[in-house]
Amino acid sequence: MDAIAVTIRDLHKSFGSQKVLDGINLEVETGKITVIIGKSGGGKSVLLKHIIGLLKPDSGEIWIDGTEITHLKEKELNTVRGKFGMLFQEAALFDSMNVYENVAFPLREHTHLTEKEIERIVVERLSQVGLSGFAEKMPGELSGGMKKRVGLARALVLDPDMILFDEPTSALDPIISLTILDLIKETQLNLRKTYIVISHDILGMFRIADKVAMLYDGRIIEHGTPLEIRSSTREETREFLNATKIPGFTGGNHE
Amino acid sequence: MFRGLARDSVRPFLVVLDLLGGIGTLFARALYLGFKRPFKVNYIFKQMEFIGVNSLLVVVITGLFTGMVLALQSSYGFRKFGAEGVVGAIVALSMTRELGPVLTSLMVTGRAGSAMTAELATMRVTEQIDALRVMALDPVKYLVTPRMIASFLMLPVLASISNFVGIIGGYLVGVKLLGINEGAFVNRIEKVLQFQDIYNGLIKAAVFGIIMSVICCYKGFNSRGGAEGVGKATTEAVVASSLTILVADYVLTSLMF
Repeated sequence: MDAIAVTIRDLHKSFGSQKVLDGINLEVETGKITVIIGKSGGGKSVLLKHIIGLLKPDSGEIWIDGTEITHLKEKELNTVRGKFGMLFQEAALFDSMNVYENVAFPLREHTHLTEKEIERIVVERLSQVGLSGFAEKMPGELSGGMKKRVGLARALVLDPDMILFDEPTSALDPIISLTILDLIKETQLNLRKTYIVISHDILGMFRIADKVAMLYDGRIIEHGTPLEIRSSTREETREFLNATKIPGFTGGNHE
Repeated sequence: MFRGLARDSVRPFLVVLDLLGGIGTLFARALYLGFKRPFKVNYIFKQMEFIGVNSLLVVVITGLFTGMVLALQSSYGFRKFGAEGVVGAIVALSMTRELGPVLTSLMVTGRAGSAMTAELATMRVTEQIDALRVMALDPVKYLVTPRMIASFLMLPVLASISNFVGIIGGYLVGVKLLGINEGAFVNRIEKVLQFQDIYNGLIKAAVFGIIMSVICCYKGFNSRGGAEGVGKATTEAVVASSLTILVADYVLTSLMF
């Protein structure tokens, strides 16, 4: 059996009267790309924010490498967060800093490396994401796709064990989406870290996923390999697959 | 029905209590983190430049014209008694005790405080504050503490510049324009103005700096709902800071002098 990086047990979360997470159970395998797919506004981001401790659940447990994190204080959570990198939906680059400083920021704050060593790492990470000549640019001068690349470089810079991706392809055109997805897959194959991706972009996700979890009505209704999910007979899953409307794609409606 | 009425009449108090609690907690946390290593000295310097150096022109113009108009108004009144000689003293006392600190703080609130709120609110909306937390860094330490320390340090500096420029403005209008005797003008200032007038005024400015920065940061930090939320937070922050400064001014003045 593969090692498990994250275990979520019976996680509940409501905002006011609105139930967002209604008993999530999920195990995320170490060193794989797990994609959580669900509708927009269906609680995917909320789930991701629980995994990194930005939100506290109403009830339930989240285990990360043997530590239950839902009752931890901010200070203890910060130790757990050291294992994570995260790529935010809009990249969340600090717009008071240029690209270089953004990527160097976690190194400066969390390590005692010299400027020279920091420069070596930042240059390497930027070339990994294909943005070698952009170190001096400010975030405001970058396109959405470039911002995400910088965000990925920043998420990778401390060599975290786990990386979270919040809608990595949203608001990108199909071609840029593909390059971002390939970049995600490529870095994962090189680094062998645990990636957790949330998205509603089902087509794109089958391209990179090792495991797919379907989030529906606040629960994980199915969890398996992309092949298993594609051949699922569950109505809710079929509905999502059919919505891709691409003839020839497994699950597309090609009568 | 009575229960509903009771709830409705209690709600505004709860809102105010909630606000005061939130602002108080943020102040305490920012203060505590200010004494904890690592010290973010470069962040403080950057904010000192933004709050202090960049506000210089606005503060100088405000101070200069306030001093000038004070001399104009008071000489009009005192000429009737043939007591124009006190104009210098009036300008100096009004500037150092009251107008220098208060007008400087209000101008800096409008210029730098509004920018603080807008910047932090945008950082909230674009998840930059969450990004700091995910990096295991405390956003209060990186964003609020430097702004609070910089405001605390820079407002007295700005206020003393405003005092100085205001008295110069008073001199220019009183002596050069209206022909008040230069000796009487300067002599009265020397006689009346105490050192206490100046430093109590500067203490007020430092307190206003803390009030302004904490309220503006709090509003930015807790903004919700996209671009509209950013605008709303900014307006609320400037209004709340300005009013609090005016109320605090009365309280401090009555305690000090």
